[in-house]
Amino acid sequence: MAGVHVTTTINNDPVEYVCPADESLLDVLRDNLGLTGVKEGCGTGDCGACSVTLDGQLVCACLVLGAEAEGRTITTVEGMADGEKLHPLQEQFINNAALQCGICTPGFLIAAKALLDENLSPTETEIRYALAGNLCRCTGYDKIVKAVQAAAKDLRKQNKKKK
Amino acid sequence: MNDPKYTGQEFKVVGTRVKRPDGLDKVTGRARYGADMSAPGQLVGLMLRSPHAHARIKKIDASKAEKLAGVKAVITSADLPDLTGGNSGLYDTLENCMARDRALYDGHAVAGVAAIDRTTAKKALKLIKVTYEKLPHVTDVDEALNDDAPIVQPRYAQDGRHGNLINKGEFGHGDIDKGFAEADVIVERSYKTGQTHQGYIEPHACLASVSPDGTGELWVTTQGHFAYRNNCAQLLGMDIAKLKVTSSEIGGGFGGKTHVWMEPIALALSRKANRPVKMVMSREEVFKASGPTCSTSMDIKIGAKKDGTIVAARAECRYMNGAFPGMWGTLGGMTAFACYNIANNKAIGVNVLCNRPKVAAYRAPSAPMMAFGVESTIDQLAKELGTDPVELRLKNVAKEGTLAPYGPVWGPIGIEPTLEAVRDHPHMRAKLGKNQGRGVACGFWFNIGGQTCSDLNIGPDGTVNLTVGTIDVGGARASLALIAAEELGIAYEDVRTNIGDTSSLGHNDTTEGSRGTFSSGMATIFAARKAIDVLKERAAKMWQIPVEAVTWEDGSAHAVGNEHDNLSPLTLKDIAKKAGNTGGPIAGHHEATADGAGVSFASHIVDVEVDPETGKTTILRYTVVQDAGKAIHPDYVEGQFQGAAAQGIGWALNEEYIYGEDGRLQNGAFLDYRMPVCSDLPSIDTKILEIPNPSHPYGIRGVGETSIVPPLGAIGNAVSNAVGVRMYEVPMSPPRILKALDDASA
Ligand code: FES
Ligand code: FES
Repeated sequence: MAGVHVTTTINNDPVEYVCPADESLLDVLRDNLGLTGVKEGCGTGDCGACSVTLDGQLVCACLVLGAEAEGRTITTVEGMADGEKLHPLQEQFINNAALQCGICTPGFLIAAKALLDENLSPTETEIRYALAGNLCRCTGYDKIVKAVQAAAKDLRKQNKKKK
Repeated sequence: MNDPKYTGQEFKVVGTRVKRPDGLDKVTGRARYGADMSAPGQLVGLMLRSPHAHARIKKIDASKAEKLAGVKAVITSADLPDLTGGNSGLYDTLENCMARDRALYDGHAVAGVAAIDRTTAKKALKLIKVTYEKLPHVTDVDEALNDDAPIVQPRYAQDGRHGNLINKGEFGHGDIDKGFAEADVIVERSYKTGQTHQGYIEPHACLASVSPDGTGELWVTTQGHFAYRNNCAQLLGMDIAKLKVTSSEIGGGFGGKTHVWMEPIALALSRKANRPVKMVMSREEVFKASGPTCSTSMDIKIGAKKDGTIVAARAECRYMNGAFPGMWGTLGGMTAFACYNIANNKAIGVNVLCNRPKVAAYRAPSAPMMAFGVESTIDQLAKELGTDPVELRLKNVAKEGTLAPYGPVWGPIGIEPTLEAVRDHPHMRAKLGKNQGRGVACGFWFNIGGQTCSDLNIGPDGTVNLTVGTIDVGGARASLALIAAEELGIAYEDVRTNIGDTSSLGHNDTTEGSRGTFSSGMATIFAARKAIDVLKERAAKMWQIPVEAVTWEDGSAHAVGNEHDNLSPLTLKDIAKKAGNTGGPIAGHHEATADGAGVSFASHIVDVEVDPETGKTTILRYTVVQDAGKAIHPDYVEGQFQGAAAQGIGWALNEEYIYGEDGRLQNGAFLDYRMPVCSDLPSIDTKILEIPNPSHPYGIRGVGETSIVPPLGAIGNAVSNAVGVRMYEVPMSPPRILKALDDASA
């Protein structure tokens, strides 16, 4: 099959690749570009382990074609920290023991970031619904919700300081 | 949340909520799981699977696939000679990895392919022509015992019993006939539970590489890399020492990653292709061909005196083992009445074969189903006696000195304290509204010890590498580092825990039965104590005094006796720095079969609301009370309680394998096999009790499994209280609840 040439931006870096027209963005990220922080739990859009943002929009990378990334901007878990400085969500996931096995964590972090980018003061219910596309089998979600609440608080504080 | 009433020892770092050492890698995407490893020249391995529930494999023609450009190897059972030497369990594993003369369930592997990429491998699968002769099948546990049921495994059929009935495990004591004759009230009911999957989010995945010289390496997501090594080597005729198995980070297991599935095939493909082969299961393959738990059908009978004394209890539960025999019924039988002190009791666990995938352990395997039946029956008994269900449980509760139904006499155990904590919990007094109900249930799990070894090496700067052979699925590295730091008297940050591969440690049993922190914790304590002996010797050398005059306290060697007053203490770091001059590297090693695993009990409270229009159940509030023995890292103990409860909630309300008339699985995807998501659950409250296990230096009991046992019964009781109609089948899905309501009003 003829490959498709794609020019895109991933985690702020310019990236070029050639992929088969039917290859998913998930496979491109993991297999061609070595971004294995993006996880595959199902390949059918049901678990959210492959969550990334595409032009700021939360998507399942397994449901997007690699070819669709042309000219767009992608953020994966690898792009969340600012150098050595973790994003408050990453920090609070560790502090709150919001991960056990951790396979779902990259997806939750990206989904939670998409939520907090829109709404810095979500209610518990809003958090639970915003994360309903992500499966975690280990934690029962309680500590994940607490971590997101704690990170939201941190971010609100940061914003206040900036102002 | 710790209840000091039961806590004995004083600890410095154990019991604190430190950051886990693997946290950073896991929040940045750096951690490498089963599918995240690659090797130069690696091929993609894929499996061809049977579309039939039961079929004779008459012929496999792979010639076209083999000729396809880019295909490097094709494997069928013809490439896997039987090297099991009459070991029937191992033969089962071989046959489960790849069908031999018959395909035994929908999804049973029949051929494997290795090719240069996924597209080519997929094409090759389509080119393999398998000629099947369909055979009659059976997928229901009760139907499998009908006289005319097809026999799943003729080699297990014996004269005098049904061909699908493998064996029965019987436990208990006393005389149940006499007991029931004394009873004033008897409740006898039948129940069913659906088959569920462990549902780990990470599919099975491995990278296998075998060289022409007979050595091999396997990178794999597993709960037991030593068992995987032993099994793969035996099945493929390799020397155990020549196969190095490394456990990747593991994305959940819950028992499902205790057995080999496609790993021997990946190694066989690599050997044939002479290239590394990576295999990753799809989610559909995970559902169809790996690790679900048993479906069950059971009859429970319990009798009591008017004053609430339970005088007799009988349980018989049929466990659907899939196409290969397991010990699931036997385990279930042992757990049935473990929470109670009943003079006359008998529990029978029956192992039955069906045309479904080979069952694997699932968190406290076999206990949740039995507890659903027993705990539902106890609530109905309380109703008939006109007594409070928690008081009825407390009146008959097992205590220290009670004879357990499966043989031992209990030491100090936690069931009574958990029930008391439930009785006294504010949750029990919260108001309930319309269509709402509350339920309570108890659960028991054994926990196990097993073969374990740990290696503790002190570096020249005094930091410590702890190497263990049990895997870390949810924070164990942090807990074990806490234990090593506690023993040595140093900072948690100075200890780094690693999971050793199979070439770096002796055999370690699989991490199952909640044994990881218990047994590796024990090995770590003793390894640290041995290292302390060495540290004291070295300090004595440095001081040139007899070792008897050296003690170890707070991370330092102290010289005792007036004549040594002038010697100031030497820290671990001081001694480590000089190790090169005092006898070389300092280490402690311990290997043992860890005995004395502490049994664990839990009691749960749940409030539900049932919508009578749709039959949908919402969990309003959930409280877990469990005995941990000693919570080494309370965050991860709470996490285990919460995760187990959440799995139990899914099992109780939604999750089940649905097979069609054709014997094929109809819901092998997360969309149709619906596990709880964040918006389905409330915050799950936890209360850790600490009743020390006398057989462990720190009092540790396993904590990971017990809390999946009570939810089915607790939710069954809550739903029944909410709608006024008893539920006898799990999952209590909306259609089942609506049907129960309809039947009751008819
Ligand atoms: S892998 Fe994309 S949603 Fe599961
Ligand atoms: S931490 Fe294991 S799936 Fe979420």
